[in-house]
Order: sequence, then structure tokens, then C-alpha cells
Amino acid sequence: MKLTYYPGCTLNTVAKQFDASAKKSALELGFEMDELSEWNCCGASFPLTPDNIMGLSAPTKVLAQARKAGDTVMTLCSVCYNVLKRTNKVIRDDTDRRDVVCGFIEEDYDGSIDVLHFLEVLRDRVGFEKVKEAVKRPLEGLKAGAYYGCMLLRPFEDMGIDNCEDPTIFEDLLKALGCEPVGFPNKIECCGSHLALGKDNEEIVTKLSGNVMQSAAGSGAELIVTSCPLCQYNLDGAQEKLEASMPGYRPVPIVYFTQILGLSLGQSETELGLDTSRWDARPLLKEKGI
Amino acid sequence: MARIGVFICQCGKNIESTVDTKKVADEMAELPGVVYSCNYRFMCSAPGQEDVKKAIKKHKLDGVVVAACSPHMHEKTFRRACEAAGVNPYKCEMANIREQCSWVHHDTTKKAGTAKSIDITRMTIERLKKNKPLKKISIPVNKRALVIGGGIAGIQAALDIAEGGREVILVEREPSIGGNMARLSETFPTMDCSQCILTPKMVEAELHDNIKLYTWSEVEKVDGYIGNFTVQIRKKARYVDEELCTGCGDCLVKCPFKAPSEFEMGLATRKVIYTPFPQAVPNIPVIDAARCPKIQKGKCGICEKVCGPGAIDYEQTDQIVTEEVGAIVVATGYQVMPTARFGEYGAGKIKDVITGLHFERLASSAGPTGGEIRRPSDDKVPDSVVFIQCSGSRDEAKGVAYCSKICCMYTAKHTMLYKHKVPDGQAYVFYMDIRAGGKRYEEFTRRAIEKEGAMYLRGRVSRVYERDGKVIVQGADTLSGDQIEIEAEMVVLASAVVSRTGADQLAQKLGISYDRYKFFNEYHPKLKPVETVTGGIFLAGTCMGPMDIPDAVSMGSAVAGKVLGLFSAEEMAREPITASVNTMICNACWDCVVACPYTAIEKEEVRNKKGEIVRVNAKVNDGLCQGCGVCVAACRSKAIDLAGYTDEQVYAAISVF
Repeated sequence: MKLTYYPGCTLNTVAKQFDASAKKSALELGFEMDELSEWNCCGASFPLTPDNIMGLSAPTKVLAQARKAGDTVMTLCSVCYNVLKRTNKVIRDDTDRRDVVCGFIEEDYDGSIDVLHFLEVLRDRVGFEKVKEAVKRPLEGLKAGAYYGCMLLRPFEDMGIDNCEDPTIFEDLLKALGCEPVGFPNKIECCGSHLALGKDNEEIVTKLSGNVMQSAAGSGAELIVTSCPLCQYNLDGAQEKLEASMPGYRPVPIVYFTQILGLSLGQSETELGLDTSRWDARPLLKEKGI
Repeated sequence: MARIGVFICQCGKNIESTVDTKKVADEMAELPGVVYSCNYRFMCSAPGQEDVKKAIKKHKLDGVVVAACSPHMHEKTFRRACEAAGVNPYKCEMANIREQCSWVHHDTTKKAGTAKSIDITRMTIERLKKNKPLKKISIPVNKRALVIGGGIAGIQAALDIAEGGREVILVEREPSIGGNMARLSETFPTMDCSQCILTPKMVEAELHDNIKLYTWSEVEKVDGYIGNFTVQIRKKARYVDEELCTGCGDCLVKCPFKAPSEFEMGLATRKVIYTPFPQAVPNIPVIDAARCPKIQKGKCGICEKVCGPGAIDYEQTDQIVTEEVGAIVVATGYQVMPTARFGEYGAGKIKDVITGLHFERLASSAGPTGGEIRRPSDDKVPDSVVFIQCSGSRDEAKGVAYCSKICCMYTAKHTMLYKHKVPDGQAYVFYMDIRAGGKRYEEFTRRAIEKEGAMYLRGRVSRVYERDGKVIVQGADTLSGDQIEIEAEMVVLASAVVSRTGADQLAQKLGISYDRYKFFNEYHPKLKPVETVTGGIFLAGTCMGPMDIPDAVSMGSAVAGKVLGLFSAEEMAREPITASVNTMICNACWDCVVACPYTAIEKEEVRNKKGEIVRVNAKVNDGLCQGCGVCVAACRSKAIDLAGYTDEQVYAAISVF
């Protein structure tokens, strides 16, 4: 199985470990990620005003490119997934906006591609049972907090990957890898990363990401698993502030789900880039005998 | 040659202002077959009707056209006048020159209105020439009623019909009648105890000579039509002989096996042989066969040993009984949206997030906690409770766009019950709007807010989760604009009132319609609120939509009035507007059978003297046919015609142009 893959900007820069671990794991699970030969940034935000046609042009360009390569496109980044999937729906269902956008970018595209997330591929095409069989190093005893964030799930009628109020896809995967999944109360709350670039938002961002981390820690998570480079970046930073402001707070590693997947499939810690994280996961893994 | 009289109504100024009725009358007089025509200020008035009768006699009329308002308004009036004067009522037709002409034309020169009125009236005259005299169909009426559902609405209907001197078959799916009302603690706005006012009615229903009770039973199949239904009822195996059982309760005490109680909504256990609650009617237990080791594996048998009268019968099987009735009352009630549907409120996994019906059981003195408010997880008396109104209701994302109507009131009641039982406790209520329309209802909710200390917060709750043994409620107060986090010890969802599981299947068995929420449809939302489109089948209570106890009881009584009215004559007359099949043309394609919304068309086998089938064709059952005409449109061989609306009549009307 060969799947067209759209990495998006972060996967080539600050989230290289996400990209590499996914590609290697995919091969071990029997499919190949075929990166689009030419792609641009998806824009990283889906335009909520219907007359913001310009905001649709970048993701539509990506979709049109991908359509030339096949009938599906897979992403890893939650934000890219969100933007591409929602844009695709607009282009498919709203012929007026389709005509304007496609005319502008000079592409003939009708929304006929399936936008998939790597998690969906694991669940629906490979199957978690198969993943479980492929595990070489079960991550027994590892209490992994399943953090969904907001982009992967919402809005439900557009994304539909899982129940947006009570999702389990992460936990199901983590269970297959031998972990002890921790579904904490704030697992689908926003971490505040969309505000992180704005001025004067620091207080709000710290509060939101602090809520997520405290909720996870309170539920016993020893490590946080995410699919969103923005969450990863933001929570990493937030923990620095939490550590400084909250006596007794112990930061936990924030890793991509593909790193955990790769680990269970037998890849080395250096290959997975676990040595590059701000909060090192290696001592924890050593402690657990993994 | 026909002898037709044409009567043009001015309807005061309603028609006359845009139609020259005199001119219409004069023009009509010229038409062949018209022997008399006139115009008049109000044809529907007593003198107007008299004029029609006099003209019929004087001019020996054999047909009448009244050009006036819609036949919905006065067709009956004029047909009755014609009948009184000796003309078959179906030889009287109305031409609608008001709703379909004068009201939509504003030309005061009367040119357009008059021309159109002339056309409409001419069409009706030509149509009338092809009318055949029809006779009302009379149907014998079996004067027994079936009531499906033994909640308060069904009990009230059954009691009122029985009091009216007619036999009633009351079928209830559960082991006891009583329905959801039996679960309630106290009722708004009077705070009287629900069971105290309900159980006397339950006992009355049990003891009434005219009521035959089938509990632990379900309607299996319904055949027939108004006045003549044949109903098959499945009496589920009780494993207890109803004749022998004395209701002593020894078996319940000795049975060693427990199961979650359905009546207590899982908040308590019951025995495997059980009655749902102490005041059950009838007071005869049932055995939960799926959980009974004796029935499953042949081990135990204690109940049989302790039963004095020897009423236990492990060999019992389901019985199908057949009852003949003339009318059916559907009163199957409601259920609430389960907490598992609320992912954002813990998806049914947080034990201390319960529904309003659960809270009723906690507050009920006969409930699992003896009326003390104790939370399910650890039996602690909660020092704070958050009530979330509109849980599911008015929420398209949950598939329920409607207001459940009773929640504002019962939530206010819950806060008061809680305050009375836990004086130091704090009740919080998240609400969207407070809808307290009803006698003494607004005063009641004001009392909860102003006198009984409930804190009402206008806004929605986004998330409920557990933290350190507390239930954390995150919400918004839209009046202050603040985000709110409450550390509660229990959360009560005012879960949406939804239709019963299986309501759609029952509707299909009965041939009645239902809406997208599977609530049954009334015939007309204002003027026929307890009838269905299927003759002889009526509705009462929450099976047609959310309502409170007074409304459900009113509907139960209203329906009894309708049923007793139906039963007041030996035979009932009904409109002869029914379809009939020309069996010589019918090619037995059965498109009409599929198309008929009332299952009124049967497949008829015609046999010769030797009993061999020589032909099959469609046959319309007059009793069931409602004259909608769908089969006429569906029939490709044009073998079906509708009396009163024949093809011949329609073509004649068109042919005037």
C-alpha cells in the first residue's frame, strides 16, 4: 500500500522526529508514505468567514496537487488535517466557492479526494490488531496520557474521525502498543497554541496549557502523547513556566504518537529523536525497563 | 337533462368586493342543465339555506352547486340542507370562489374576479353532472377498547372508558402498570406525592369490572379497521400462575439472586423473581428468565419450594391471545435520553452524573435511599448538586431540536426537594431559558430561586469530569460573562424526553404516522389533537410529545370521550369517498398495495367452484380506505377510481375550457 503524504511545514522543520518516526513505522506496518513532490503550506488556519476565499486557496492547491497523485492524501499534523479536510468539504459541496478558488489558483479540482490522518490509517486500513501483532517491544507499565487537543476532532460534522466529546482512538492505539493509556479530563481541551503568537496572550496560554498538563499529571500520566506539533511545542514551553511557578510540579515528556509507535516497533531512541525533546523521555523509559 | 340549481354567495363583502355575483349567477343561468340560479348575501345563514331547500322543491332540482367558500368550511352545511330537501348530499358541490378567487384578487373593477368565478363555477357544474348519488357507509362497531400502555395517560383513558360502561383491554409491557409516574417522588407545582395520587388509580384500574388487565404483555399484531380491530397480544411468560399467586411475597424474600432493578434505574437491585415496586399492580411477581439459574440451568428452584399456593411454573411459555376491539388508544409514554449520550458530561461513566428520573428515585421515600439524597458512587450526602437543564433538549447536535417542556419545572422541584432534605446543601442550575408556562408554574420556579436558595446560572455547561472525588462542572454564566467552574458532589442532567425505543415499530403495526423523533402524529395539531389519521386509533400522553402529568391526564380523558362517542351508536356512518378496483382491468401489479398509506388494499383471490384460483386482483377495504387517492395515481392500468372524485368527474371539469 502506497499513500500520498502531505507533511506540512512543521514536519520538515521543528517536528522532523514526527515525520521520520512515522515514515519508518509505516514501512514496518506494510505501507509506504509517498511524499508529494511539490507542496506548499496549508495556511494553518481554516477561514471561518465564508467570504474569505483567499484562505482556501493554499489548502486547495495542496489538495489539487494530491489529487493528481491519487484519491487519498494522508497527513500527520492535526492542524494540516483539520485545514485540508474542512477545505476539501467546502470545495466538494459549495460549487460557487469552488469556482472562484479553483479559478484563482488555476487548478481543476472538485473535492474528490479523501483526506486521512495517519491515526485513521492505522485504525481503519492497517487495524490496531495488526499493529499489536507487529509490536516487538511492548511498552508495559508506561502510563501514557492521550492528548487530542482540539484540531483533530472538531468540528465533529467535518472531521468525524472519532466522537469529539469522548474519543478513544488514541487510547485504543496506546493499548495496542502495550501502554497503559490515561484518558484525562482535559484531553480534548485546547492548549492555547493558537494564541501563542499573539501579543499579551501569555497569561491565557499559560493558563490553558497549564490546565491540560495539570489535568494529565493529576490523572497519573507519566508522558503525553500528541499528534499536533503546535500542542507539542506549546506544552513543552508551558511546563517550563509551571515548573517555575508551581512548587513540586514535575515536567513530563511530550512526544508524538509515532515516536511511541516506533519505540514499540523496535526503533532506537536516537532514530526516533527522543534525545531532541526538551523534557527527555529516556530516563522514564529506562526506569520502566523499556 | 340535469336540473341544477346554482347559488352564488356574496359572503358579505368577502366575495362581492371583487366578484360581481349577480353577473356570475346570470351567466350560469344560461348553461345547459342549469334551471335556477341566484346570488345572496350569506348563503350559509339560515335564510340562505332555506332558499336552497325552497329552490330544490320549487324547481325540482337534482343537483346543487354553491359557489362560496372552501368546502372545508361549509360543504357539510349545504349537503345537509340538500339531504333535508330530498337531494342526495353527494349531488351537492361547492365551487370555491372565496379563498381561491376573491381573496387573492384585488381588482375592484371586479373584472378578473368575476371571470375567474365564472370559470370555477362552470367547472363545478360540469363536474356535478357526472356525480353519482353516494350512500354513507355504515360499519358495525365493536364496543370494546384497547389501551396500549399503562402509564397515567393510559390508566386515565381506561378508567374513563370503563366508567362510561364499555369494556377496556389495558396492555402494559412491564410487570406492573404505573409507568414513569410511579417513579416520581413529588409532583410540581403542588408537591404532592406522586405514588399517593397514582396508586389509587392503579388499584381502581385493577379492580374495575370493565377493565381487563394484561401486564408483562405486548401488542403483537393489529388487523382490521375502525370499529373492527383484531389484536394479537403476546402475554410474556411470567413463570408465575396469575390465578394461583396470592402476592404474599415469600418468593421475593427467599430468592438468593439479585439483578439491577429497572424500576430503580439501576440505583438498586431487585431479586430475580420480583415485582418492580411494592405497590405493583397486579401484585404478582415475574421471573427474570435470563438470570434465573433454575430456568437457565435447572439449578435452584427455591421460589417453587417456598410458594404456598404452588403458583411457580418454570414451564410457562409466551401465550398469544386474540382480542376483538372497536377502538385503540395508544399511550406508550416516553423515556429519557441516557447519560451515555453525553460524552461531554462523562458519557455515563461518572457514577455521580445521573438523570432527573434517577434523582426522582433518590428523593422518593420508597426509593433505594429511603428518600435521602445520597450520591450513587459512595452514598455520601452531596453538599452541592449541579442541575443541567436542556441536556439534549433544544440541541440539534444531540438530534433533539424540541423543548422537553417538563424539565424547567421538575428541576425547580428537584432543587426544592434537595434543599428540604439537605438544608445546608447548595443547588446550582444551569439553564438556557426558564419556560414555566402553566397554572402556578412561574410562581413555583420563582419560589425555587427566591425563597429556596437555588442558584440559577444562565448558560451552558461545556464539560463535566471527575477530580479527587468531586464532579467538576465547567460552564459559562452568560449574564456576567464569566467562565464558571463548580466543584460539585453530584450532577443531575435534565435529560431530553425522547420517544420509547420501538415506538416506530408499534406505529408500523398500527398504521399510524410518527415524526422524525418517533413521536406519534396527531391528526391535527389544534383541532384533532387526540386522533390519528387512521380511523379508530387515538393517542394519549407523552407518546406524541413531551408533556406534564395534567396534560397527559387531560388527553387520557379526552380520548375516552372520543372512544365513548364512537361507541355511542350501533353502527357508524362514514364518508363514502373510498376507492374501488375495476377487477376486470386490474393486472395485479400490487403497486397500489405498496402505495396505500393505510394498508387498505388487499390481494384478493378469486376461485372457481372447484376452489382453484382463477384470478388475483386488488381489493379495497372500505373500512380502512381514507379516500386519499394515492392508489388511483399509482395504478398504471387505471383500474382504480375514487368515489366522488372519479376520472370522469375530473375530465368533465377540465373540459369546460
